[in-house]
Amino acid sequence: MMSDWEVVIGLEIHAQLATRSKIFSGSSTAYGAPPNSQANLVDLAYPGVLPVLNAEAVRMAVKFGLAIGASVAQRSVFARKNYFYPDLPKGYQISQYELPIVSKGSISIVLDDGAAKTVGVTRAHLEEDAGKSLHEGLANASGIDLNRAGTPLLEIVSEPDMRSAKEAVAYMKKVHTLVRYLEICDGNMQEGSFRCDANVSVRRRGREKFGTRAEIKNLNSFRFVEKAIQYETARQIELIESGGTVVQETRLYDSDKHETRPMRSKEEANDYRYFPDPDLLPVQISKDFIREVAATLPELPDHKAARFAREYALSAYDAGVLSASREIGAYFEDVTARLGTTHAKLSANWVMGELSSALNRDNLEIGDSRVGPQALSGLLARIVDATISGKMGKEVFETMWSEGADADAVIAAKGLKQITNSGEIEAVIDAVIAAHPAQLADYRAGKDKLFGFFVGQVMKATEGKANPAQLNELLKKKLHSGS
Amino acid sequence: MLHTLSIEELGRNLGSGQLSSVELTRHFLARIERLNPSLNAVITPTPELALGEAAVADRRRAAGETGPLLGIPLIHKDIFCTDGVRTSCGSRMLDNFISPYDATVVARLKAAGAVMLGKANMDEFAMGSSNETSYYGPVKNPWDLTKVPGGSSGGSAAAAAARLAAYTTGTDTGGSIRQPAALTGVTGVKPTYGRVSRYGMIAFASSLDQAGVLAESAADAALVLQAMAGFDPLDSTSVDAPVPDYHATLATPLKGLRLGLLREFFEGLEPRNAALIRDAIEVYTALGATTVEVSLPHLPMSVPTYYVVAPAECSSNLSRFDGVRYGYRCSQPKDLMDLYKRSRGEGFGAEVKRRIMTGTYVLSAGYFDAYYLKAQKVRRLITDDFRAAFAQVDLVIGPTTPTPAFGIGAKMDDPITMYLNDIYTIGANLAGLPGVSMPCGFIDGLPMGLQLIGPHFGEGPLLNAAHQYQQATGWHRRRPSGYE
Repeated sequence: MMSDWEVVIGLEIHAQLATRSKIFSGSSTAYGAPPNSQANLVDLAYPGVLPVLNAEAVRMAVKFGLAIGASVAQRSVFARKNYFYPDLPKGYQISQYELPIVSKGSISIVLDDGAAKTVGVTRAHLEEDAGKSLHEGLANASGIDLNRAGTPLLEIVSEPDMRSAKEAVAYMKKVHTLVRYLEICDGNMQEGSFRCDANVSVRRRGREKFGTRAEIKNLNSFRFVEKAIQYETARQIELIESGGTVVQETRLYDSDKHETRPMRSKEEANDYRYFPDPDLLPVQISKDFIREVAATLPELPDHKAARFAREYALSAYDAGVLSASREIGAYFEDVTARLGTTHAKLSANWVMGELSSALNRDNLEIGDSRVGPQALSGLLARIVDATISGKMGKEVFETMWSEGADADAVIAAKGLKQITNSGEIEAVIDAVIAAHPAQLADYRAGKDKLFGFFVGQVMKATEGKANPAQLNELLKKKLHSGS
Repeated sequence: MLHTLSIEELGRNLGSGQLSSVELTRHFLARIERLNPSLNAVITPTPELALGEAAVADRRRAAGETGPLLGIPLIHKDIFCTDGVRTSCGSRMLDNFISPYDATVVARLKAAGAVMLGKANMDEFAMGSSNETSYYGPVKNPWDLTKVPGGSSGGSAAAAAARLAAYTTGTDTGGSIRQPAALTGVTGVKPTYGRVSRYGMIAFASSLDQAGVLAESAADAALVLQAMAGFDPLDSTSVDAPVPDYHATLATPLKGLRLGLLREFFEGLEPRNAALIRDAIEVYTALGATTVEVSLPHLPMSVPTYYVVAPAECSSNLSRFDGVRYGYRCSQPKDLMDLYKRSRGEGFGAEVKRRIMTGTYVLSAGYFDAYYLKAQKVRRLITDDFRAAFAQVDLVIGPTTPTPAFGIGAKMDDPITMYLNDIYTIGANLAGLPGVSMPCGFIDGLPMGLQLIGPHFGEGPLLNAAHQYQQATGWHRRRPSGYE
């Protein structure tokens, strides 16, 4: 039974750092260039060339370390990881092994039931990416593209703290949010800028000892992480329950077949023979440098969410959604500042509701929104001052979105002005009541549901322009007054 | 004769207009053509390129430019990448490799107006002490063609001794400049680790490799080192410290110089060798130096330490030679593994393979601590020993090699005996210290070397002491017969 088992998950996330040039050479890191057009002699590992560390990559790693409350090593060391592969021109990858730049941090996540959980980050270290092997369109040959070789990566290694695929996804999303907040990674998963390996094992509930783990390599979407872990968990449980044992191995997730498969054992039977790279000096980081980087840290997501909840009286959920990216938070705060803090909830609802679905529909980032914060606050101001109803607002928003006009212009052009004159509304109510004596009698006899019927009739007669709050109040009075 | 003049004298002749760089270059090219076939010191002569560079140097001089190396011909060890010229590193692996760029050492000397006559033979990937591991065959010692010139900079040493160029470049990982300089009777300088850029110098053991110069005298070497040395942003291990004027301090009197006699260097030293060193010490005493006996207790462990550290680094450094992007590729590989195995198996020679295997072994899981880590600890102890010694003395003096040049083929089947040839030179590499070897006499008609080792960045005092000795003795002016 699944419920007798507990899954234990640790993630190794590879975040490509958003430096302009590579970690040990001056080549560009821009994505999508023709094969090998961004590989210089250092990237190609020509005889005699030497690596020179990109200081920007170090700064970014320090930024991450500070953001997760980790300790930043005053001295960290690059090591060589030795193995032969055509996409690894030097025959070794420069990485950090015994002395990483960042260690012992933590990241908090919120689970589905609203509970918070802290996931430990064992370490984060700098390393270079390898190139890519290309097979398409090449008959009886493999191509090598070394544009990616030497791209800086921050490998973020978690503790085995996660207990479900969902927790793993929540953690990965949180790291994704964080690296984008810090502007150290573009987070583009299609281009491989943010990917992870998942270490998965199972144990009988209540046992302390971890089971044997399998490592699932190269997962480049949140959905694949979830599916791959679910599959792997079920596979391991089934295997053990049917008398088998899990072997420690590297597996690949096939998203088409939804299964994990072992990689050829040859490729993992490596002794990497790590040793300190004699071409690079240890990275020395001064306290002054750490202070300098700390001063550049933006407000972090957890802090922002807490502040939103406090300053704008929002629920933890709303505050969390609105702080998911710096851009969303800034948009929300801009709208709210224009509208007044007392209307923060209205502003939050619109940013998370209409705006967000329009962005999703057109596949746009909030920075490219067709309705900017100023325009949206203009619209919300008309709802606040009761010129239009919330429902009318949605119609106005759609027109603003498609035509780029401002709210007042759309309201005027459509003649959408709300009826807020009590006398006018009362007159319509009187006419509706007079036209529906049977419903009136039923209502008064206790069929409360018919209240909605009367509201509908009035709205129909006013083409939806009656102010809903006023209508409710006046209708209630009228329906009861005659009895 | 032009090839007997010092760099300074040649510079004066070029400056006065008595001599052009093209004439001087022709002179050396003619010597290479006549003398090199029996020596095999130069494996890639570049006469056309040299004459072109000489003509440029003459034009630069005519335009008013001066400089001690402007228009002076040299030969580069084939470990330095030279743009557009084959850079083989003495290996079949790079027999077809035309470098697309210049090493920093090459670029700096080029900027100073040096004229490259060609590339010098060397032990394959600088691994060897006799120049017998070269894919291009052994180099002969100009003092006796049946003897080795030492290695790995054997071609550079033989070329300097036979005066095929005004000076040559070399590299020293465990004695590869000083040992061949000693065995061929020339002056060899191995600078402090980090003093000269390693960029473009094909790596053998990155934490030990250092580029230097082989020339007739310390005075010539000082002029060349001046142009080679200095920080290079392309080499993270090069040191960002100003380069003093080495030539300016050559004449400083040695009065009060404290010379350290290393007990470990003299224990068991062959009597004739010991006598030569004692003579040299007397010369220094006469020049005003005092002597102090010092001990480096961990120095006897330098050879085993070196033969862990250097192979470990080389096993990784040489992984890039995989037949994929450049260099030797086996014919008709069946698959990737076959491509790797045969390209490397056919492209590398026996000594290189021996060291790659040793290095792979000492870095392997289960052996790393016992070998690599322990070697690093001993290396630290040797460095500390030297540091303690330099608190008492200014320079350390001793022999460069245990014996004079040995016969070609004599030690090839016995790597351990071959390795022990570097017993006096390896310490300076492990500690990153500068060292000089210069001729101090003969045993059985073969030149012997006197070694001076200085503290970090002590090149100035080292060259000063070497120059004073040379002024007082003249051993460095002896030339092998047939090459006068």
